[in-house]
Amino acid sequence: MTAIEMCSVRHGYGRTTVLHDLSLTVGEGEVLGLFGHNGAGKTTTMKLILGVLRPDAGEVRVLGVPAGEARARRELGYLPESVSFYPQLSGRETLAYFARLKGTPVSGIAGLLDQVGLTNAADRRVRTYSKGMRQRLGLAQALLGEPRLLLLDEPTVGLDPIATAELYALIDDLRRRGTAVVLCSHVLAGVEGYIDRAAILCQGRLRALGSLPELQREAGLRWHLTSLRVDPQGRTLRYERTVAAKDKMAWLRALASQPETVDVEVRAPSLEDLYRHFQAGVDEQRRETV
Amino acid sequence: MTVLWSIAMKELRDALRNRWLLAISVLFAVLAVGIAWFGAAASGTVGFTNVPATMASLSTLATLLIPLIALMLAYDAIVGEDEAGTLLLLLSYPLGREQLLLGKFVGHGLILALATVAGFGAALVAILVGVDGVPTTVLVGAFARFAVSSMMLGWVFLAMAYVLSCRVREKSTAAGLALAVWFFFVLVFDWLLLALLVLSEGRFSPQSLPWVLLCSPTDLYRLINLSGFDAGAEITGVLALGRELPMPVWGLWGVLGLWVLLPLGLAGVLFRRRV
Ligand SMILES: Nc1ncnc2c1ncn2[C@@H]1O[C@H](COP(=O)(O)OP(=O)(O)OP(=O)(O)O)[C@@H](O)[C@H]1O
Ligand SMILES: [Mg+2]
Repeated sequence: MTAIEMCSVRHGYGRTTVLHDLSLTVGEGEVLGLFGHNGAGKTTTMKLILGVLRPDAGEVRVLGVPAGEARARRELGYLPESVSFYPQLSGRETLAYFARLKGTPVSGIAGLLDQVGLTNAADRRVRTYSKGMRQRLGLAQALLGEPRLLLLDEPTVGLDPIATAELYALIDDLRRRGTAVVLCSHVLAGVEGYIDRAAILCQGRLRALGSLPELQREAGLRWHLTSLRVDPQGRTLRYERTVAAKDKMAWLRALASQPETVDVEVRAPSLEDLYRHFQAGVDEQRRETV
Repeated sequence: MTVLWSIAMKELRDALRNRWLLAISVLFAVLAVGIAWFGAAASGTVGFTNVPATMASLSTLATLLIPLIALMLAYDAIVGEDEAGTLLLLLSYPLGREQLLLGKFVGHGLILALATVAGFGAALVAILVGVDGVPTTVLVGAFARFAVSSMMLGWVFLAMAYVLSCRVREKSTAAGLALAVWFFFVLVFDWLLLALLVLSEGRFSPQSLPWVLLCSPTDLYRLINLSGFDAGAEITGVLALGRELPMPVWGLWGVLGLWVLLPLGLAGVLFRRRV
């Protein structure tokens, strides 16, 4: 079953349209990264998937039913971009409240608190939590009831590097168990290895969608080759060049066949390079419209 | 149903934790005892005088206080959660918007009900114990009617607070409007009615004017609380109109009930339209 099907979705606030003709599918066990500049429409897309917003045109189906139906919401976990909870409740009470609202057993929350590393702070009021601790609590909240679809809006904001790595490992784990994940982020470095496909939004339009290799092919960005060679005097020299993807193998063969080459480093266009490529020209456009 | 109850219980627990429930109960008790003792101080006597006079002053003061408490309790019910960001989270959960609103109403309603019963109950016991020769059955009956109608008056203003809370975008706007609603129903309405009576000089048909009282839940409330007595002296101002109202007491209760249900329904409609 597909987790998300969005079909030619258009949405606007008042008269301004912020999403144009968006079509997107996410399969079971797939991790989709949703990227785009501030105000591109990432959060709006998530709200449409949640069914909190209704599209002006087009259709959104979640786990086989129209978005917003109770059946879909029960199997869905959501981490909002700026999480805030009830300051007067403790972490444990917060999770217990949301567990009851979701209709899942309260017995599972000790495990969740442990999973996000909040066991020691579980009985303190949320008012006293640091930003990262709130984010962790939000994550635990999203994981209530073992959702089949997880929507994470900027989940790594405020997390320390170890917690970020743990989050990515968790996402990997969930993916293996068949959970679909949509992940919005502005932190591109580090996320590459954990997403199956990337969607790049630009001013409410889907600029690119595909796996990293697909996007690399589509963008036609050049690869970076760095080679180390030893010259007759015994000095090590470093050569850097960028080559088109189709010439990459020819270059590698040529370098490898030269006995003076001692090392070759190959760097593919990164997600950040791709992002820059697909967003190119946006800033100028934005400046004009402002 | 369990979801609705969970939401209600959270509101109740919050009110216990921040001592709202305790504060309101104590306020009600002190108010009731104080009025029973000193209500007649203006006429030179201190101490419990009679039941109708006590109920008249009590309901007059409660008319000011209970709407204010209810509005303060509930004005941020929806808009407050929206500003804090928790509304978005709640809406992503498998619960209907009606459930959320009704859960809040049940929770806040219970808070008011408990405070009313505890506060006025304590006052009743204090009077029964402390004063010799009070007509027990009359007093208990009057207090029971007073407590239940106070509860309902509170619910009316809870429902009105939800209407505001579902309509506006900012908590401060809701607070301002809540104050305006209070001012209108507690003071302005009666002034307008009095002005109408004076200026019209009998040009309005005397049959239709008493019905206007039904448009004000606070006047309804006071009519209900005075209905048990044929005390002419206690019925002052616009309430005198009420005596010409060809309506049995249960009719007044019914209209007060409508005053709970209609704003609540309106709040539900507004909440469903809110994005
Ligand atoms: N409630 C709202 N009313 C009016 N306009 C809105 C509202 N919410 C968002 N917008 C507009 O919709 C557009 C998309 O907003 P959205 O929040 O989806 O962006 P985003 O991609 O999540 O941005 P960010 O990276 O900053 O979180 C923006 O231009 C924003 O101004
Ligand atoms: Mg956003």
